[in-house]
Amino acid sequence: MILRGRAWKYGDDVNTDVIFPGKYTYNVNDPAEIARHALEDLDPSFAGQVQAGDMVVGGRNWGNGSSREQAVTTLRFAGVTALIAKSIARIYFRNAVNNGLLPIVCPPAVDAIQGGETIEIDLDSHLIRCGAGEFEFPPLSPSTQAIIEAGGLIPMLKRKLAAQAEAG
Amino acid sequence: MSRKTFAEKALARAAGLAEVVAGQIVDARPDLAFSHDNTAPIARTFYSLGVKRVKYPERLAFTMDHAVPAPTTAHAQNHADTRRFAQEQGVTNVFEVGRGICHQVLSEEALALPGYTVLGSDSHTPHFGWLGAFGAGIGRSEMAAVWATGELWLRVPESVRVVLTGEWPEGVTSKDFCLRLISDQGGDAGIYLSIEFSGPAVHALSIDSRAVIPNMMAEFGVKSAYIAPDDLTFDYLAPRRARRAGQPVEAVREAIVAGALYPDPDADYLAEYHYDVSQLEPMVSLPHRVDRAAPVSQVRGTRIQQAFVGTCTNGRLEDLKAAAQVVRGRRVASGARLLVIPASSEVYMGALRAGYIETLMEAGAVIGTPGCGPCMGNHMGVPATGEVTISSANRNFQGRMGTRDAEIYLANPAVVAASAVAGYIIDPRELTT
Repeated sequence: MILRGRAWKYGDDVNTDVIFPGKYTYNVNDPAEIARHALEDLDPSFAGQVQAGDMVVGGRNWGNGSSREQAVTTLRFAGVTALIAKSIARIYFRNAVNNGLLPIVCPPAVDAIQGGETIEIDLDSHLIRCGAGEFEFPPLSPSTQAIIEAGGLIPMLKRKLAAQAEAG
Repeated sequence: MSRKTFAEKALARAAGLAEVVAGQIVDARPDLAFSHDNTAPIARTFYSLGVKRVKYPERLAFTMDHAVPAPTTAHAQNHADTRRFAQEQGVTNVFEVGRGICHQVLSEEALALPGYTVLGSDSHTPHFGWLGAFGAGIGRSEMAAVWATGELWLRVPESVRVVLTGEWPEGVTSKDFCLRLISDQGGDAGIYLSIEFSGPAVHALSIDSRAVIPNMMAEFGVKSAYIAPDDLTFDYLAPRRARRAGQPVEAVREAIVAGALYPDPDADYLAEYHYDVSQLEPMVSLPHRVDRAAPVSQVRGTRIQQAFVGTCTNGRLEDLKAAAQVVRGRRVASGARLLVIPASSEVYMGALRAGYIETLMEAGAVIGTPGCGPCMGNHMGVPATGEVTISSANRNFQGRMGTRDAEIYLANPAVVAASAVAGYIIDPRELTT
């Protein structure tokens, strides 16, 4: 499978507060409205211009800070399919897996990708292709791969629990 | 028997395995799984699974703390949905508006114990390392999965060790050490790791001061943090747990001691850091990064409009005492505000009885309802654009307190209180001499 989309490129240490401000975490629940606040305090142009299939490229420690899952779902609801970063904060990484946002750690690709260019992620050969060339990224662990393939933790669990109910 | 870190021992126990190694992925069964104002959205996800009953309601706890008392109808609805869900599912560990912040309340209630695995839908869950528990933050969907199945996959983290020696100088706190460590190593140096603190300077700290360290390690990127429980820990927890269980304190204490886990002396660590605390100074994190900290002397004179003492990091009795001692007989400077929010109702009552609240109010402080207050910009003391806040919290990211056009400095409570009195950032030791 190949994902293709435009790259939105940002720097190091992008934290959850600028991805999805804390003041919205207990009063904004509608997916479309969650998407409207995406990267509000980092790049106010993002939410209005992002298109389905776009990808976000970040530096070190992407998503550090809060455990708020909306920092992932805001990108998913906005149509973003993948995050390519130099490193990803641990709860953000888990939330990304659990919500079907493909988290890829690949520092050389991050350095090479130009903001705004169209890039490809080849999931079968574990390659990122951009104007500057091809970059191999490490595959996800089997357990995280399984969650992403199921569309996220909740869809996976639904299927598992339904199967158990049927068997039991 | 191989040499094991605390994380390896704790997750082996939580997974029901004889032993595990760093890097292994296990299905861990948390002894305590808690959520706060995010309980209601987790409940919606939970029901979407098609599951009717929470698997282990007695292992759950809900606190209402992030926006209390509710500032808007939407927030109030969120609390109402939480109460209804607790009732439907027979969850009895529910802590109402005003009881306080999750990490503090669940510590006071002795719902977390040494050797426990604690999962919380809050990034500061490493907090429970202060009492020797394995605490890790998880997302909302994951919490719904824990409610449904009682377990969650976790990767056993590699560990690093920090050894603290020396005497703590007057005016230097565990918060200053944390800002120093995070600033020295970088805010992502602990990413995915378990961090263990040891050495005489750790065990010389009070309970209130210890709790700061694992809490702040969320800003180091860690999965979990650990301080070995000792007599101080057991003496704190035993009577509280005994009260809860209706059992004699001595028997409860013995059981708590027996459940404690300690790393093997020759366990494998990725790295080891050594700090002589006698060399530390009061530190201040500059906007907008926790890991950009400087000795207070370097930012002396920076004008502030708001000073905030509170949060799960530094809103305990000792912190309110430190603030009260600084402002005693003084007034908050013209053009500045001092906001004090106790971390829990127990802290609040303690501060009332000790006279700290009176001292703080006489100096012109405003006291808020126990909870998170303005820490993440919900309400109750958010800054105006262009304003500068000095806070005893753990995070100073741009926009955190509600507007991206405000600056947040982080410091220990005495520095915060001194800055309120001066109207600019200052070392409290300058005021008292």
